[in-house]
Amino acid sequence: MIHIVLLAFLVAVAIAIVRMRDLLAVSMLLGIYGLLSASFFVTMDAVDVAFTEASVGAGISTLLMLVAITMTGRSEHPERHKPLLALFVVFITGGLLIYGTLDMPYFGSADAPIHLHVAPHYINNSMQEIGVPNIVTSVLASYRAFDTFGEVVVIFTAGIGILALLSVVRRSEDITKIDSINDSMHVEYLLLRIIVKMLIPFILLYALYVQFHGDFGPGGGFQAGVIFASAIILYAMLFGMSTARRVINQSVIQFFAAIGVLLYGSVGVVSLLNGKSFLDYSALSADPVAGQHLGILLIELGVGFTVASVMVIIFFNFEGRRDVSHHQGKNKT
Amino acid sequence: MSISSAVFLFIGSFLCISGGVGILRFPDFYTRMHAVGVTETLATAMILIGLMLQNPGGLVDLKLFIILLMTLFISPTASHALAKAAMNNDLKPKINKKDDIERVTSSKP
Repeated sequence: MIHIVLLAFLVAVAIAIVRMRDLLAVSMLLGIYGLLSASFFVTMDAVDVAFTEASVGAGISTLLMLVAITMTGRSEHPERHKPLLALFVVFITGGLLIYGTLDMPYFGSADAPIHLHVAPHYINNSMQEIGVPNIVTSVLASYRAFDTFGEVVVIFTAGIGILALLSVVRRSEDITKIDSINDSMHVEYLLLRIIVKMLIPFILLYALYVQFHGDFGPGGGFQAGVIFASAIILYAMLFGMSTARRVINQSVIQFFAAIGVLLYGSVGVVSLLNGKSFLDYSALSADPVAGQHLGILLIELGVGFTVASVMVIIFFNFEGRRDVSHHQGKNKT
Repeated sequence: MSISSAVFLFIGSFLCISGGVGILRFPDFYTRMHAVGVTETLATAMILIGLMLQNPGGLVDLKLFIILLMTLFISPTASHALAKAAMNNDLKPKINKKDDIERVTSSKP
C-alpha cells in the first residue's frame, strides 16, 4: 500500500518537474523527488541506499543546483527548435534498451544468476570472511572494492573538472571590506547565524559517527563526506564566502581530495606488495579478519576525504565564479 | 504505555493533517506558512514522543530525543528564513483593511 502511495507521489513529482518552467521550483522538486525515493528505499529495506539518496539526492545536489541557478538565471529559455529529432533518438534508444532487457531474467525471479552465485555467497560467508555486521559495507568496501575505487576516482575527476573549468584567479581581498560585508550580514542573518553556529558542531560530529559507524549500521564514507561538506557549505553561506575562505584553505582542501584517492589506492598497493591481489585486505594483517577491518576503515576514510573535499571544491568554485561574474556585470553597467 | 503512545501519535497525525488543510485553505503565503510551521513543529514532537513511548528505555529513545531536539531548533528557523526571504522579495501579506496595509509597510525597516 505504502509502495503505491510513494510511487504515485514520485510520478506526480516527475510530471511536475517536466512541466515546470521555473528552475528554482524544479530544483526544489528534485529535492523532494530524492526524499521520496529515499523513503521508497527504506520501505524496501535498503537503508544504506536510502541514506545515500537522502544525503546526496535530497541534500547536496539540490544545494549545488541552487548555486548553479544563481549563476544561470531562474527561468528556462523557451525552445526555438522543434525537438522531433531528439524525440526520435530517445524512442530508438529506449526501444533498443527494452529489446536488450528481453534476454535478462525476470525482475525478482529466484533463478536469476545473481541470486544463485553472488548473493548467497555474500549473505552466508561475509561474517566469516569480512567480519563486518553490515553486509552492504562488506560488499561495497571489500568484495566490490575495485568498483568503489572507480567511483571515488570518478568523484575526484569531477572535482578536477570543476577546478579546470571554473577556477578563477582570486584577487587579494581587502580585510576591511570583508569586515563590513560581515557586519551587514550579521544584522541580516542574526537568528540564522546563531542557530547554525549551534548546529554545525553536531553536524560535523554526526558526519564522523556516520563515517566510523558504517561497519555496524547504515553509513560510510560517501554519506559522511556529503554531510561533512554540507556543514562547511552551510557555514560558507551564512558567514560569507570570504570568511569561509579564510577559515578553510583552498589548497588544503584540494590536497585532501587527492589524499583520499591516494589512501584508497595505496591500501590496494600494500596488499599487492604483501602477496595478495589488489585491494585484498586480508593481506594487511596476520589475522585475515582484522586485516579486512583495517582495510575497510582506511578506504572508507579515503572515500570520506575525497567526497567531502570535492563537494566543498565544487561549491566554492561555483560561488567564486558567481562573485567574479557579478563584479564584471557591475563594471559593465 | 501503548495507549499513551497511541494518543500522542494520533494528536501528531491530526496536527499534520490540519497543517495540510491549512496550506490548501489559507489565503496567502504568510498564513499558509504559519499553518505549516506551527503545526509541523508540534506534530513532529508529538509523533516522536509517541514513538519514544513505544519502546521506553534504550538507545532508540536517545536517538529519537536528539532528532526531536534538532527538529525543535531547525523547523522554526526554517520558517523564519522562509518568511524573511518572502519579505525581502517584497511579498506583501494579503490584508483587507487599508490602514493595516499602511501599518505593515511603515513598520518594515
